[in-house]
Amino acid sequence: MFTFLSLGIVRGLIGQAIGAAVGYYLVASIRQAAGLPPYQEGALVLGAIFSVFGFLLAAGVFTDWIKWIGGAETPLHHGPPKGRPAWTRYFGVDYNHKVIGIQYSITGIIVLLVGGILALIFRIELVYPGMQFLDHDTYNTFFSAHGIIMIAAILLGVGGMINYLVPMMIGAADMAFPRLNAFSYWITVPSAVLIISGIFIGGWDTGWVAYPPHSTTTPMIGVQLFLLGFWLTGFSSIAGAINLLVTVMTMRAKGMSLFRMPIFVWAAVATSLIQFTATQTVGAALTMIVAERVLGLAFFDPRVSGDPLLYQHIFWFYSHPAVYVFVLPGLGIISELLPVFSRKPLFGYKWIALSSIAIALVGFLVWAHHMFTSGMADGLRYFFMFSTLLVAVPTGVKFFSWVATMWQGKLSFETPMLFVLGAISVFLIGGLTGPILGTVPTDLHLHDSYWVVGHFHATMFGGFVFPFFAAVYYWYPKATGRMYNEALGRLHFWLMVPGFWVMSLGQMQIGLLGMRRRIADYDPALGIEFTQFLITAAALVIGWSVLIMIYNLWASARAPQTAAANNPWRSRSPEWQVASPISEMNYDQPFVVTADPYEYGLDVQYVNMTPAAGD
Amino acid sequence: MQNNRKHLAVVTVLVLIFTVVTYYILAAIYILPDQASAEAASIDNMFTAHFMLIAFLFALIVVFMLYSVVVFRRQPGDETDGPHIHGHTGLEIMWTAVPLLAVIVFSVWGAQMLYDITRDDDVEMTVNVIGRKWSWIFEYPDYPDLGPSQVLVLPVNTAIMMQMESPDVIHSFWVPEFRVKQDLVPGMTTYLRVTPTETGTFRLLCAEICGTLHAEMVAEVRVLSQADFDSWIQEQLISLAALTAEERGQLWSAEYACAACHSITGADGVGPTWLGLFGTERNFTDGTSAIADEEYLRAMILNPNDRYVVGYAQGAMPANFGDQFATRQAQILANEGVEIDILEDLIAYIKSLD
Repeated sequence: MFTFLSLGIVRGLIGQAIGAAVGYYLVASIRQAAGLPPYQEGALVLGAIFSVFGFLLAAGVFTDWIKWIGGAETPLHHGPPKGRPAWTRYFGVDYNHKVIGIQYSITGIIVLLVGGILALIFRIELVYPGMQFLDHDTYNTFFSAHGIIMIAAILLGVGGMINYLVPMMIGAADMAFPRLNAFSYWITVPSAVLIISGIFIGGWDTGWVAYPPHSTTTPMIGVQLFLLGFWLTGFSSIAGAINLLVTVMTMRAKGMSLFRMPIFVWAAVATSLIQFTATQTVGAALTMIVAERVLGLAFFDPRVSGDPLLYQHIFWFYSHPAVYVFVLPGLGIISELLPVFSRKPLFGYKWIALSSIAIALVGFLVWAHHMFTSGMADGLRYFFMFSTLLVAVPTGVKFFSWVATMWQGKLSFETPMLFVLGAISVFLIGGLTGPILGTVPTDLHLHDSYWVVGHFHATMFGGFVFPFFAAVYYWYPKATGRMYNEALGRLHFWLMVPGFWVMSLGQMQIGLLGMRRRIADYDPALGIEFTQFLITAAALVIGWSVLIMIYNLWASARAPQTAAANNPWRSRSPEWQVASPISEMNYDQPFVVTADPYEYGLDVQYVNMTPAAGD
Repeated sequence: MQNNRKHLAVVTVLVLIFTVVTYYILAAIYILPDQASAEAASIDNMFTAHFMLIAFLFALIVVFMLYSVVVFRRQPGDETDGPHIHGHTGLEIMWTAVPLLAVIVFSVWGAQMLYDITRDDDVEMTVNVIGRKWSWIFEYPDYPDLGPSQVLVLPVNTAIMMQMESPDVIHSFWVPEFRVKQDLVPGMTTYLRVTPTETGTFRLLCAEICGTLHAEMVAEVRVLSQADFDSWIQEQLISLAALTAEERGQLWSAEYACAACHSITGADGVGPTWLGLFGTERNFTDGTSAIADEEYLRAMILNPNDRYVVGYAQGAMPANFGDQFATRQAQILANEGVEIDILEDLIAYIKSLD
């Protein structure tokens, strides 16, 4: 029997509301009983913490684990839930990695839309100088929320790609820890709810970086919901990363040595290494801010010898490598798709694979380039200038290898390939505008200006958004058994690419002229109104183009006549050698890897799908 | 691999042309603000070098890509694969080593320049910069009798060291025409060296998000010839003791940015207006009320978080004005030998606004 209430997401949200109320009134009533004045912020924080447990318990994320504690058997259930329509499995706790991958991706796209709408609202405010329809606090809340919501969306998208693709690519039936996998996904839902509700409950004006003492003293209490939501997103990252690393290390198909893994798997490993080792520090930093606000501790309060710069160090120790968490999977998608659409082997496979690891490692040594103007010890500026510029070297290896992969190939331009080429062009803009921020003298001008805004939007779009969309189009036939509409796909591309170029190049232009980041209003004397208008118009074009994609994916899934062939791209990757949509356990029998992954032009197969016994 | 040499020759020519074209487009689109400091002159050289490098690398990748897209496209019906090329170790080493060399060159150059624009061995004048939510104040320790200024006035062609402090949250000092930027961090003093080279009026912007009115945290910067600067100094020399308490109160309300939140026009701001405030009844969020007399104002300025007036943001006002006043009073006593009570001056000023 299907009822609305049987959906895990619905029960979870109800549980979250109940948890929030319980936590809130617990604090309120204890304080009242003790005769203390009401303390809204403390009640809010406990309410938020309880709300997360409420969600997870009610949605059923903990059910199996609780049964284990009681000693009960909990065999893994495969396939759609019994006695309910098959689609309901996407709205509740399900342990299949493909379901979780799709849950991640769709949640990611929804959160992306929320963050995008916020951006469009304040972009429209910025068309003219002066305050039009937002006040300062609302504007500040919107840009702060835009930042963290987009980061959550990217982490969800990254989780989507990794969860859906990696087990399939390495020939595993699922991730190593399916229940932990479901937990990693489901904890992001209450976290997104917390962050978004923070916009309405008090708002906050700290940006996503939440530097103290501003974040510890701002009267806008929505900051608490943002900090806790951010914290939970990080928790999800850590759990997901452990799962991925174990899966890749222990569950690869026979014959798949490390250097015969699909290149995306390398990217996923590099990303997970960062998530697994760096996220804890930002968790600590955020916890300290929450504690300083609610419990009156004073880690960063200079009046009692706290150090505001300490926060920036531990915050960026994660948050810089996090940038590589966002882009490495996308760069992996580019490397994965280029050989297929160029009909040539990936140029310098080992170099690309190792460049991902190199970026991940160097990424740990560059965090303080976000602090060149912060007042940290002067000597550090010299060290971090050298280390930061070093990132250019492995990044360059990727670009040169991509170009060499295309050279002399036989290129075709279906929508996924268009998005790959768009990604390269946009990531190129992002990459080339980076070193000028890495050399301290030029950064002294550009730091906290719109140049930085243009630069990182280019890296995020080139390193995540474009490749993510390429991946969505590319594996859409595998996930649904249907083909998307090619004309609409091309339309999406031809709106989004020029739209993005105008947006980020315009942002850099006004930044150079003196437009600061994170300001609700700007000086008309800067003479940048026309560029501001162009940026806003371009942002609207990007927004519309994404809606076209969503319509395309939605409509194509429902149209029966668009059934896709099993291998429309003539790929040699194992997931394309079997029927679409791919079956519950991925492969009916284990395959054996017999050659390097991208041997286009040679008459060998990457995988033997039907190895004889003993092969 | 047919005609590889021919293709590479064509691409090489195209890359060169495209580099030049890209550089001129960049130079046309990406314009820096006027150059008004000695630091800006050397930093702008580095900007130019970066833009040249960007133009070349952009051209290199884009030309190869577009050439492949146009020339190496698959013919309709061609189901065959391209040539089986796995990689080329020599090429990989080259495109690792050459960028590494560029990285080293830029790092060394950047380090030298950074050292040069931050050294303090030839500083001729010191200015104290205090940024608070949401205004700027400048003090001139070289002229101890000079009161704090809300405009940053600097003599041209003088190496100036800004000593910067913030009593509340992090702010950041940025005059785009000077090209340099430095955060102001509570609990420590930060330094920024600037040598203005052009006279004129510029704008000092706060570049670090600092709360509600961050966007409005702007001050005027005036760079004057040495003669003009000297006469400005003379005009500014006023004796605090010669002013009335109300007049001093007005100075303090500007110095401590009271006016950013409390208008004197009757308009509501982050906090209540001061116009007609004195003597009225104030209602608190805990249900009590009080008459706004001297005692009330003293309490609310020193301990703003003990009670909140209905209808205004809670916790928005810093609670450390008592300390700030004491420091400043000690400084005035040391410099001018007069005892001033800033709190009483402010109250006198508020009383006068009816």
